[in-house]
Amino acid sequence: MTAVLPERDRAAEARATELEAQLTQLQREIDGLQRRADKDKLDFSPQIRELETRAAEAREALLANRQAWQAVVLARHPQRPKAQDFIKTLLDDFTELHGDRLFRDDPAMLAGVGWFEGRPVVAIGPHKGKDTKENIAHNFGMPYPEGYRKALRAMRLAEKFGYPVISVVDTPAAFPGDGAEERGQAEAIARNIEEMTRLRTPIVVAITGEGGSGGALAIAVGDVVVMLEHAIYTVIPPEGCAAILWRDASRSREAAAALRLTAAELAALGIVDEVVPEPRGGAHLDPEAAIASVREALRRHVMRLVGLPVDELLRCRYAKYRAMGYYEERA
Amino acid sequence: MLNWLRRPKYGSIQRRDMPAGLWAKCPRCGTVVFHKDLVRNLKVCPKCALHHRLAAEERLTFTLDEGSFEEIDPELRSGDPLRFDGYREKLAEAREKTGNLDAVIIGFGSIEGSRTAIGALDFPFMGGSMGSVVGEKVTRIAERALEARLPLVIFSASGGARMQEGALSLMQLVKTSAAIARLHEARLPYLSVMCDPTTGGVTASFAFLGDVILAEPGALIGFAGRRVIEQTIRRKLPDNFQTAEFCLEHGLIDMVVPRSEMRATVARLLRFFGSSQKAAEPIAAGVAQGVGPSGSEA
Repeated sequence: MTAVLPERDRAAEARATELEAQLTQLQREIDGLQRRADKDKLDFSPQIRELETRAAEAREALLANRQAWQAVVLARHPQRPKAQDFIKTLLDDFTELHGDRLFRDDPAMLAGVGWFEGRPVVAIGPHKGKDTKENIAHNFGMPYPEGYRKALRAMRLAEKFGYPVISVVDTPAAFPGDGAEERGQAEAIARNIEEMTRLRTPIVVAITGEGGSGGALAIAVGDVVVMLEHAIYTVIPPEGCAAILWRDASRSREAAAALRLTAAELAALGIVDEVVPEPRGGAHLDPEAAIASVREALRRHVMRLVGLPVDELLRCRYAKYRAMGYYEERA
Repeated sequence: MLNWLRRPKYGSIQRRDMPAGLWAKCPRCGTVVFHKDLVRNLKVCPKCALHHRLAAEERLTFTLDEGSFEEIDPELRSGDPLRFDGYREKLAEAREKTGNLDAVIIGFGSIEGSRTAIGALDFPFMGGSMGSVVGEKVTRIAERALEARLPLVIFSASGGARMQEGALSLMQLVKTSAAIARLHEARLPYLSVMCDPTTGGVTASFAFLGDVILAEPGALIGFAGRRVIEQTIRRKLPDNFQTAEFCLEHGLIDMVVPRSEMRATVARLLRFFGSSQKAAEPIAAGVAQGVGPSGSEA
């Protein structure tokens, strides 16, 4: 059974909030001086340098006090490498597959085959855009039921040939829309979860950005789940949680802390098997290094899992999820 | 036939009394009826046919043969693994209000003589939300059904995963679905009945994995919340959106069954699938070897 988490470090949370406010203020002052310098042709560079030094210090201190909300911000960073970047870099000769054979091809879900470290694998992952145009084309990485069914189709293909599945997870949510409901969003997620608990081939999951509730879980059941240091994984977005708990979406950072959605906390809960370190300051600052770290972790796990007999694999997978939960049992 | 009128004796559950007062008012049409008459009508409004939400005990009373229920694991209670602000107080309040320790009751019983494993989610307890205890108990009843080679019937009524247990609640979707998968593999029947409301994480796991999925008339059934969808698509949704009838029309469930016929319908299905339990062995073995049900080539 799962262990209870230690108390939150509320002092650090408060310090982080303070530092963020300081940073915003410093940035505003820098911008103001810059504008005046440009307008009045004056030299404020010593003052600007001083402010920038202070901002750098605050940024450093914030890194040391990194709290849930910073993870939320980093996990959603537009320049953060997306699932398609991971998949297309990790796999050689990546060949994309399309369609769920039932309704249509969902552009919010990527699925395909390729070679990972010399081994044939099937990869799946939501397709998030890097700018507004891309995001609209790919529905902000929020799959419809047909996206999950496409992913399941790809996983069944992996099972047929005994290839490992690599799932890269970064989605805000399953798409909340009328068409999605009409076509059975809940059923599609439930079906994927059920099938993934018994898919007769190894499944390795990397949560690299946003793990948005059921929409993420529908491609995140695996023998091993690794998670990037600043990725998040949550039952409800912090904004939604704040709106429900306090009828106040502006208390999202508090909700983010309460939900325990960081990689370190999820590892402590046994939900995540390994936390993969990110480049200092976040994966967006050095995407190649971030992808390389994920590659190294995936390689290790894939190598180990392919050596296990399938029945053993499934027994372990069942036992792993069977033990998740915390309750008290006494007469 | 009308034996649900007499309340069964629950072994270990503390039965809570029906809401106080002699009269009850229908929240939809405002009709005032004798409380006793409402209960006699299975808590369906005699005027507008609104199916009032039921507590888990009432559901079991209305469904099972009198005196047949044996509850298991009533003592499981939620802890506070995340140390989530206010969770302990909310749990205490819900326990006080409902007399239950968490949001599901599980056990064995019979319906028109067919023995079955059964679970009923308790909406009055924190919206029937699924945290570790609900996930654990649903998993246990599926595992117990498997051991006893009995069918499983689950009545769902839930707002979804319990926020206060964070990602641990999310993992209950996997745990319960994995246990249901084992029932399917063992060729045991699993009937899922969706009552008002069944949404979020419960729909995205065991509720939508039934061999046969039934629903009560008018029940709200869906994954995402109506408000979230309206904000996303910037359109008003029709009134019937995400109702049981809407789900039936879109092919998501098998049937909408009025409460007055639910017991008989479930019993009929149990008899049907229960009988196949005994007869199916050789055929199913044949299927595994690639021979069709009639013995012809698959």
